Amino acid sequence: MKQIFSTIALALIALLLPVATLASAAEEGNGEHKEGIDAQGIIFEHLGDGYGWEVPFNHHKRIPLPVIVWGSDGLHVFSSSRITGHANGGVWRDGNAEFKIAGKDSPYKGKVVEIIDGKEVKPVIDISITKNVCGVFIAVLLCVWCILSVARWHKTQGMKGPRKMVGAIEFVILFIYDGVIKPTLKNKAQKFAPYLLTVFFFILIMNLLGLIVIFPGGANLTGNIAVTLVLAVLTFVITNLFATKHYWKEIFNPDVPWWLKYPLPIMPIIEIFGVFTKPAALTVRLFANMMGGHMIVIVLTLLIFIFAAMGPVVTGATAVVSVIFSVFMLLIDVLVSFIQAYVFTMLSTLFIALGQEEGHHESHEEKAVVPQNP
Amino acid sequence: MELFTPDFGLIFWMFVSFAILFVILWRWGWPAIMKGVSDRADLIDKGVEYAQSAKEQLDHAREEADKYIAEARRQQADMLREADKMKTQIIEEARTAAQTEAKKVMDNAKQSIEQERKAAQEQFRNEVSTFALDIAQKVVRNQMKEEKAQEKLVNSLLDEIEKQN
Repeated sequence: MKQIFSTIALALIALLLPVATLASAAEEGNGEHKEGIDAQGIIFEHLGDGYGWEVPFNHHKRIPLPVIVWGSDGLHVFSSSRITGHANGGVWRDGNAEFKIAGKDSPYKGKVVEIIDGKEVKPVIDISITKNVCGVFIAVLLCVWCILSVARWHKTQGMKGPRKMVGAIEFVILFIYDGVIKPTLKNKAQKFAPYLLTVFFFILIMNLLGLIVIFPGGANLTGNIAVTLVLAVLTFVITNLFATKHYWKEIFNPDVPWWLKYPLPIMPIIEIFGVFTKPAALTVRLFANMMGGHMIVIVLTLLIFIFAAMGPVVTGATAVVSVIFSVFMLLIDVLVSFIQAYVFTMLSTLFIALGQEEGHHESHEEKAVVPQNP
Repeated sequence: MELFTPDFGLIFWMFVSFAILFVILWRWGWPAIMKGVSDRADLIDKGVEYAQSAKEQLDHAREEADKYIAEARRQQADMLREADKMKTQIIEEARTAAQTEAKKVMDNAKQSIEQERKAAQEQFRNEVSTFALDIAQKVVRNQMKEEKAQEKLVNSLLDEIEKQN
């Protein structure tokens, strides 16, 4: 019973943290207009990337992260605290160059820009360790730790059955390997399994980290199109790099009535289009699902502050309803985190498997040559 | 809308991070896990197989034991029968031997009795003949008191000798 109470208390604290952070954000937003808050600004600030990492209960302090930019006169590396603070109007002089974060009206809104002759110029290269990049690093470390702990178990404990965390991770590994990769890729499973399993665990950990509100989490990683794009492009590259002759024949000379190919190559065009829509679908599916989940939770929380103008009773009622719905949505997001990682892996497996298809007449030879993997 | 326009820095770091993650897991993670899992599956399969064969062997061993017990029983019965037979035989043999021995003793006894008897007969005869000679002497002496009778006898004896020659 005690445990249940403490669990509920912890859950409430965890849930109220974003409220607190948003409250301070709302206060700041209220600075300009007394009535109403900039909901869109808050939502996109929280979903978006940033230099420095917010800490709970304080909107002004941020965990500083390195800014790495290639400006007009070479490489500049400095702490993000130099430009996120309000000191010196947010302008930092590094060597001979001056940098600041572009304001709301700038086309480079929220990005580090170099000030040259009073104009804002985007640096040639900006590979700053932003909040999202730092989040990716944390996800990588967690992923390595998770998987290597299982690998270490297999090396040191030998034939014992794993328990607890290691057992759970191993169960998920086998769930993906035996449930998705092996049935789809058959005897090629072992060749592509390392990539697919890595993708699955990386996405899963990034998704789950995104649901944690404070420091190690909180970065909207898989809800950022750059992250999903890289993963989808990697699947695309692997699919086409390891593709068989049959796959390419099916694209440029598919097995359809001739009038679909000559004189107008309708089917080849559709097939070529399909090659590129697959990674695009992968990118957008994961990105939209995760971003949508985060957005709903933020909007539900923001409702409290939007309704704040209508008096304490309405605010209180909204708060209760919003918190209940937020809990519900976050729980669904836990499920969605797993499902989306699963779907991404499953579709990647499917696309790679399509590229591995052999023609019917070739398949017999192939079976004889390729040894059956256990 | 930063969310929809992929940021170069993030793409760069994401790619680098993923490459590092993939290389680490590809080198040290997945092969060890896959090998471990398949080894363990093999071990479990082998264990099950072993258990089955052990059970089979146990059942077999019970059968074997039963067979040995039956065999032993039969041997025991055989041995008892053999012993019984041998006992009868020994008794028989003993009896025969005793009979032979007894017969021998009897024969010996008979023989000695016969000898005794013969000896006694001989003695008796000798004694009887002595008695007879004595009696005859006495009778002859009585009869030969007169001259005439003596002559008559000599004559008759001479006649006899003559006849014999």
